[in-house]
Amino acid sequence: MSMIPDVTGGDPVAELAVEGGEPIPVGRKLIQGRSPWQLAWERLRTDRAAVIAAVTIAAIVIAALMAPLIAAWVGHGPNQQFIDIGENANGGPVPPSGIFWLGTDSSGRDLFVRIVYGARVSLAVGVLATMIAIALGVLFGLAAGYLGGFVDIFIARVIDVMLSIPFLVIAISLATILHPSFWLVIFVVGILSFTYPARIVRGQVISLKEKEYILAARALGARPLRIMFVDLLPNVLAPVIVYGSLLIPASIVLEATLSFLSVGIPPPTADWGQMISDASGYYQYGYWWYLLFPSLALLITTLAFNILGDSVRDALDPRGGGIYV
Amino acid sequence: MNDVNPVPAGSADGSGDDDVLLRVENLVKYFPVKSGGFFRPREYVHAVDDVSFTVRRGQTFGIVGETGCGKSTLGRSIARLYDVTSGRIVFDGKDISKISQRRMRPLRREIQLIFQDPMGSLNPRRRVGSIIGDPFAIHGLASGAERKRRVQELMERVGLNPEHFNRFPAEFSGGQRQRIGVARALAFRPKLIICDEPVSALDVSIQAQVINLLADLQAEFGLTYLFIAHDLSVVRHVSDTVGVMYLGKLTEVSPADELFTVPRHPYTGALLSAVPLPDPDQSDQRHQIVLVGDVPSPIMPPSGCRFHPRCPKAAPVCVSEDPKLEPRLGDGPEHLAACHLPMAEGESLAEARPTIGATERVVEAEGVLSPEGGKS
Repeated sequence: MSMIPDVTGGDPVAELAVEGGEPIPVGRKLIQGRSPWQLAWERLRTDRAAVIAAVTIAAIVIAALMAPLIAAWVGHGPNQQFIDIGENANGGPVPPSGIFWLGTDSSGRDLFVRIVYGARVSLAVGVLATMIAIALGVLFGLAAGYLGGFVDIFIARVIDVMLSIPFLVIAISLATILHPSFWLVIFVVGILSFTYPARIVRGQVISLKEKEYILAARALGARPLRIMFVDLLPNVLAPVIVYGSLLIPASIVLEATLSFLSVGIPPPTADWGQMISDASGYYQYGYWWYLLFPSLALLITTLAFNILGDSVRDALDPRGGGIYV
Repeated sequence: MNDVNPVPAGSADGSGDDDVLLRVENLVKYFPVKSGGFFRPREYVHAVDDVSFTVRRGQTFGIVGETGCGKSTLGRSIARLYDVTSGRIVFDGKDISKISQRRMRPLRREIQLIFQDPMGSLNPRRRVGSIIGDPFAIHGLASGAERKRRVQELMERVGLNPEHFNRFPAEFSGGQRQRIGVARALAFRPKLIICDEPVSALDVSIQAQVINLLADLQAEFGLTYLFIAHDLSVVRHVSDTVGVMYLGKLTEVSPADELFTVPRHPYTGALLSAVPLPDPDQSDQRHQIVLVGDVPSPIMPPSGCRFHPRCPKAAPVCVSEDPKLEPRLGDGPEHLAACHLPMAEGESLAEARPTIGATERVVEAEGVLSPEGGKS
């Protein structure tokens, strides 16, 4: 295929130039066996955008983990109302200052501390919901793709039904019936997101299961479960990881959307979607910081995850095929 | 070492029934190609159609045929990687043609496969040690350090460096990869190894190495091979008995040397005339028989003898009657041909003229499509 330029590896001319003596390694280290994962890691490490995104994500994660410490250091609790200094004469938010670095919200609470606390919710929902979605997707995708037949038809129909239901409608209905809560949001986002990874895995498995190494495993007497998890899973993991890394920001946005529509994380828990929703009634009166900083937090977080996800895809698939869409 | 296979290679020459390791009787394997729909009957690829033969212990049974003639399907059906449509597969006295995959599992230790594509048959995401260790892991035969020791033993036996235990398949050359496949198949000390074009994907010098390795292992462990290939000279070199397949059927079965000196079926004759000769003078003197047309579709195979649309000797009887696979022209019971008009010794097909016109031949019906991407 298009791999011919890769075959030669180093610079044959430069190596052939040495005669009689030991071959001088031309800017190359000793050849070592590296796994496909190690190669992908190597590519990821040298991708500048990926490194910047990863550092940003690391900073957000550290801030989220240390939120109580940050609150204690600033001296303002996340739900602490400063009616005297945190609100202006009309009871509105006060702008950024030495006391409130990013200003306050409409209840006189420190916006900076609340944004830091909001990161905890966003990251927790993003990661946990993605894990649920990926686990379900891999399970259903492997079963549907490898077992085929009735199992495949059943799972495919379930996925079709899930995809045909408007996401927000079902999320709002569920939240209304079951009352909004942190775990419900994770559950709803996770369950409703498993369909795409399931379809990706199913498609990959259907093409992989005709490979001779799967036949070889069957000829050795391997049971279906072993073939699915030992032989097939490592080969479908790359697109799953790529999709997972792009699903995290999508889940964060979904969670913010649900909270914005007040069917997500219930107040008073600090949450970016909730803050953006509250601020939307204020920003036209000049309270720009109230809307800007939670939105920026959401933007930077999702952007960093998306850039990292793209880089992960490039790293896992150096030929740049479009198979993951 | 000899615990699995008590019969040494040398003593398998007799013709008693105990010597038969594998007996295939009227094996049929059809693949559905299209769902029938309301107005159309379901269509099938007749990949293997009524094939019978026996393989003796310690011997090599070669199967030759063009791409798409069903030889790989035959091998995989015998290994029960496919469910057979009908017919019997008697392995070591047991009929395995209908048993469930669960009951097949213990028998998998006795029938192993080596595949054509040494890259495709090794999982690219797994290390070689783990791939060769699979047989031990799957059947719980050895684990931990014991498994590693036995895997490295196998690697050494097939001529691989045991220190390359932790490498990935992509880090080996084609020949080395095929050795990995051989090591994996050998782990169980199976009775039968089905070699599905084991050298077709390798270049010629490597082919010889792998064939010699297979021959050494056969002598050492008393293995029986079902050797599938499309290269006649390779098959002649390795086989005791050769079966020629055309469009899902065996057209001729014969001891290897006899097949190459006295072919009975015109298809065999045509195949032999296409084998390149190393001597250009000989090559010039020889009449190469070029068959007209393509292999007909295995979905709607021709009536009668399946070779008749392309046969230089075709006669009306070839269209109407399917020839039996039986000894022809006074051959011994070992040499069978499915042909109404077998070739006499020394007969040249170049002068043969069909006794029916082209229009009388039943050419394949509409809907030509190659099954399985041409790998059966």
